[in-house]
Amino acid sequence: MSSNEKHQTDGRTGDAHASSPSDPRSGPYILLFFILGLALSMVVGWSIFPKLLYSQKSQPIDFNHKLHLEQVDNGCQSCHFFREDGSFSGSPRLAQCTDCHAELLGESENEKVFVEQYVATDREVPWLVYSRQPDCVFFSHSAHVFGAKMDCETCHGPIGNSESLKPYEENRITGLSRDIWGRNISGFKQNTWDRMKMDDCAECHAQHDTLHDSSVQTGRDACFVCHK
Amino acid sequence: MKLSRRCFLAFSIGGAAGTALSPLPWKLTDDLSIWSQNWPWTPVPPDGEYVYMDTTCTLCPGHCGIRVRKVDERAVKIEGQESSGMNPGGICLLGLSGLQLLYGPTRIQAPLKRVGERGENRWQTISWKEAIEEVAGRLNELRSKGQPQAAAALASEDTGTVPQLMKRLLTAVGSPNFYRMPSMEDSQAAVLDLTQGDEGFIGLDVERADFVLSFGSALLEGYGASPRMMQAVNRLRASGGKLAQIDSRLSNTAAKSDIWLAPKPGTEADVALSIAHVLIARNRYDHAFIAQWAEGFEAFAAMVAEKYAPEKIADQIGLAAEQIINTANAFADAEHPLAVCGKGKGQLPGSLKEALAVNALNALAGNINRPGGPQAMTGYEYIQWPGLLPDAVADAGLQTPRLDQAGDVVYPNPGYKVHRMIEAVGAGSVELQALLVAESNPCFSLPGADKVQAAFSKIPFVVSFSSFMDETAMQSDLILPNHIYLERYEDVPVKAGTTGHRVGLCRPVVAPLHNTQHVGDSIIQIAHAMKGPVAAAFPWTDYAACLKETLSDAWETMLEKGHWEVPETTYAAGSEGFKTASGKFVLMNETIGAIYLADAPLPAGDESQYPLQLVAYDTIRLSSHYVGSSPFMLKTLADTTLKGQAGFVELNPETAAQLNLKEGVSATITTPAGSADVRVHLDEGIRPGIVAMARGLGHTAYDGFLAGKGVNVNRLIAPVEDPASGLDAAWGSWAKLERG
Repeated sequence: MSSNEKHQTDGRTGDAHASSPSDPRSGPYILLFFILGLALSMVVGWSIFPKLLYSQKSQPIDFNHKLHLEQVDNGCQSCHFFREDGSFSGSPRLAQCTDCHAELLGESENEKVFVEQYVATDREVPWLVYSRQPDCVFFSHSAHVFGAKMDCETCHGPIGNSESLKPYEENRITGLSRDIWGRNISGFKQNTWDRMKMDDCAECHAQHDTLHDSSVQTGRDACFVCHK
Repeated sequence: MKLSRRCFLAFSIGGAAGTALSPLPWKLTDDLSIWSQNWPWTPVPPDGEYVYMDTTCTLCPGHCGIRVRKVDERAVKIEGQESSGMNPGGICLLGLSGLQLLYGPTRIQAPLKRVGERGENRWQTISWKEAIEEVAGRLNELRSKGQPQAAAALASEDTGTVPQLMKRLLTAVGSPNFYRMPSMEDSQAAVLDLTQGDEGFIGLDVERADFVLSFGSALLEGYGASPRMMQAVNRLRASGGKLAQIDSRLSNTAAKSDIWLAPKPGTEADVALSIAHVLIARNRYDHAFIAQWAEGFEAFAAMVAEKYAPEKIADQIGLAAEQIINTANAFADAEHPLAVCGKGKGQLPGSLKEALAVNALNALAGNINRPGGPQAMTGYEYIQWPGLLPDAVADAGLQTPRLDQAGDVVYPNPGYKVHRMIEAVGAGSVELQALLVAESNPCFSLPGADKVQAAFSKIPFVVSFSSFMDETAMQSDLILPNHIYLERYEDVPVKAGTTGHRVGLCRPVVAPLHNTQHVGDSIIQIAHAMKGPVAAAFPWTDYAACLKETLSDAWETMLEKGHWEVPETTYAAGSEGFKTASGKFVLMNETIGAIYLADAPLPAGDESQYPLQLVAYDTIRLSSHYVGSSPFMLKTLADTTLKGQAGFVELNPETAAQLNLKEGVSATITTPAGSADVRVHLDEGIRPGIVAMARGLGHTAYDGFLAGKGVNVNRLIAPVEDPASGLDAAWGSWAKLERG
């Protein structure tokens, strides 16, 4: 730190490193550096970190939901349906699309890519699923659609109105979509479909606590209800 | 400006405060916890549509109906078929873990040709065309040299289209040397022939019995179709029936029995005849049946009266006379008693004398071909192929004697005597130039396994159709890997103690994972590649065509129901159907008398040098058949059977004390056939003087999950030829155990 010679000749014992807090030489700089550190880390935490965390991926085909919704009779469930055993089919498989798209129906570039690269080669389209939850989560669509009579948009948003698929912002650490945590890094949301973390599910479950009370200890849902 | 250390500290603290006030640490923690779930070794069930497919398991002779659940194209679970008439909803540990065999690392992925020496495990992948042509070439060479009989084949069954195709190939080539791996079927066939003048197999009507007297049969550990047998025996006991188990070791079956007798191993025939003595002496046999349907009763009664009184024989067999008498009474008390034999899972023929004696008990109970008794089942005759006219070369070859026909026995029978073939080949007294092996692993599963391997070294050309790199495949020159059962169509006639004629349909549940080929196709292609009269004997384009044509009308039924009940081959209830000259069940005649007089099959060895008796036992937790145990199965073994790589032997504490052996110590077991390092487990439930070892461990091939674990008891036990039948009646060996 500071040169010792001068202090030693003063005869002070021990404390060569003790420096007075009101040392005029570095005082204001301490505060400056503190603020600097604070500001920089806030910038990193709030802006740079989210940018670095997510990579932008695009879907293999830019699918137009609005167009297709106009063509089908059953709304979302025309393609995202329940099977006979009650399980949910998720994203449609090639076999469903080829019911209509065995050959080119229209003139769009997207459809051309689809028919040439996937239908002709009998390859499943590797869709990136925005709502994919981590492996620890057990979710039953039946319980929510048939049981709670919820509609798709409450959790998934008005995707049916979209004419193209938004980019899949993949979290580099988890591989999940940014839609799970929510676009807002601090976790604030405006619509019910902005986030899909456990707390968001809990918001609804807490309102229906006479139904969700399997835990003896808390009077709410027990862990195993969703984490098998 | 002077930069001080405090400035740096202030910067850091500011940074830390700012970071804490930003979402970074919280988001990062959340993300890292999710990241840890993505680690590749954490198993995650696949998502998708469930599809259920019914097929037949072929991993053991039981041939249970199974139901496989698939997610998209991946098989994820095997369960017993609820709708199966034989094993409703039941499945055993091996069947359950079939998926580990399907997707496991030991699968042979393409046709292989050996490079280097046998056993070095160095292979070259070749094309199917090359493989087929090489086999065809070799067989043609034998024919051109006038030695077609020097070709042989070994399979695990002899009914069904696949084994019959192999046999047909040999016949067309000109060799009588088709063999089936030994099993209890061989002695059952002999018993049926001698007592009822019939051919076929014996079904056991356990479902309608109320007392089962089992001579060492592992009824609750894998005998027959294990789920069926376990369900039947449990139901029997739950409804008040009784199980009596004769076992020198407290096996699971013995532990669940109501009466447990532990005589000296190898004396079971005497136990049976002694029980017969009591039944006759006390008039507790079915007089009506004996009077009307039995031949030779007086001679039989005279024999047992003279030699098998319990008091007389008790010491010799190691039981108390009381035990024999009580068991006989319990047997006679029952309304539908059933005596059963076939040690362990019934993988070896055993002593013919024992089989006859046990069956005699059934005759005395009057239950032959009656509800609750043994049912004579005719063989499967549904394969009606065009006749085969061998050409001159083949004809000459077919006239030569089979490789297993030497020896002088009381009852010469057509049963397969693989041990004789191995011995003759090993001794060099016969020449075997080519051997085809399918669905069997003789280098591991046959008693005298080391000798089998040595015999193989005398066979210049060995072809294995195995799906797995097993011990026999390691000793082969060419491997033409078969599809595993979940990948192929096949007709599966069921014989293991069943009382119905069912041909199960084994159907593919997944597309073949590797470049394998159905063994049926391989055989047909080999025949076609041989051209000439051999090719002409195989008028089908491929195996699928052969199968459909063979089953013809039954094919649709098979596809729909998963099996086919063969009509008009079940007997009417009652005793009609004895095909002997007298039309009666033969209890005693000259041949049977001579069999009862013949020496008991005893292992070789000097008792003074080898004071203990090694017995091999079967457990449901291990497969000792063609297929190696799955990793799941090994996980279920207790630490007192297998710990790490060390296999255990069981020993009575009394015997252990005499040998100065304590629980868990290492020891060396030596028999005339070989020696091995083992560890010792003390168990009071085993007869003093006996050492027991599980069958199914000690693989040297396969993969890290199985290889090197435990000891192969077949290396320590040599084949023991039954003087009565010539079949292999090995149940164990004389042994000594020393501190290792």
